[in-house]
Amino acid sequence: MKMTDRSLRTPLARVRGLGSAKSGTHHFWIQRLTAVALVPLTIWFALSIASLATADLPSVQAWMKSPLSATLMLSFLLAGFWHMKLGLQVVIEDYVHSEWTKVTCLVMNNLISIFLALAATLAVLKMLLGG
Amino acid sequence: MVEFNLPANSKIKGGNKHKAAAGAKNVRSFQIYRYDPDSGENPRVDTYEVDMDECGPMVLDALIKIKDEIDPTVTFRRSCREGICGSCAMNIDGTNTLACTKDCDDVKGDVKIYPLPHLEVIKDLVGDLTNFYAQYASIKPWLVADSPAPPDGERLQSEEERKLIDGLYECILCACCSTSCPSYWWNSDRYLGPAVLLQAYRWLVDSRDESQGERLDQLEDPFRLYRCHTIMNCTNTCPKSLNPAKAIGEIKKMMVARQV
Repeated sequence: MKMTDRSLRTPLARVRGLGSAKSGTHHFWIQRLTAVALVPLTIWFALSIASLATADLPSVQAWMKSPLSATLMLSFLLAGFWHMKLGLQVVIEDYVHSEWTKVTCLVMNNLISIFLALAATLAVLKMLLGG
Repeated sequence: MVEFNLPANSKIKGGNKHKAAAGAKNVRSFQIYRYDPDSGENPRVDTYEVDMDECGPMVLDALIKIKDEIDPTVTFRRSCREGICGSCAMNIDGTNTLACTKDCDDVKGDVKIYPLPHLEVIKDLVGDLTNFYAQYASIKPWLVADSPAPPDGERLQSEEERKLIDGLYECILCACCSTSCPSYWWNSDRYLGPAVLLQAYRWLVDSRDESQGERLDQLEDPFRLYRCHTIMNCTNTCPKSLNPAKAIGEIKKMMVARQV
């Protein structure tokens, strides 16, 4: 609020604004939950990729056909993209204040995150179920 | 977007220098931010030399001496001069604190004095706290209870219940913490900030209050509460050594507790 703001609304009316959104805790909780999940999943992912660094294509495909590997990989990818989407949303809300730019960024963040998560999931399923 | 550049006419220019009287032996320099929005001129930093042998030990003592004896146009708020009213909150030596409890000897070199960051400057060291006070009013900083008070006395609480507001009731609303918080700088129109959230928690844990649920409902918001990213500037800067970041964390825990 600026002193130069000539609106005659009271400061209290401006602070109350449109009221409480009655949400925010779910976002906070899921962000923490995915963060905790990503600690072991990222360690597993890094160790797996390192151990497959010199492997040939058939052995990588065989590794991914294990239900355990595929499940862990999907968990890692989905938790990662979900966490990324939630985190980027906070960054946009913090720093982007022009209304149209903000809305555009938030929409793109949602759509791109969902697209990337679907593409990654499909890739894992293709390796798991493919011939 | 976030304001990385200063607005027009706010670049700080060099100011006037006021030398100490000849013969002064123990001279300290005070660099004070000067700005009068009505003048149309840019802000400047004036330098005042003070003979510390003739001055009290605190930064506020020096400010009062400067205003009394050197330059009566220097503008700042002050009242109790003992760290309980919160009026003389300002940015001294790069940290938000109270001028009355900041010892000049704790500052190395020149004492640099600026207003609290990211407030509209009314004049010199006086920032506009209208929004801050409205936010405080918005959390209903009073006891809300439907049960009538006992007819023969006050509402009682146990010693353990009373202890819950220790570290909270001492807040003097000086705004040092809120104006040290980048999240508050960027979103103070919607984020309540550490001082007001600490006060909100003070009423959330008051055993005599009966409106915990409604109070939490009002804070359940991505901006009002969840702009806090726990960078702890508030706790670092609090001149009363309180911990607003912990109070905010406790509110978030209450939010989760009522859902799981």
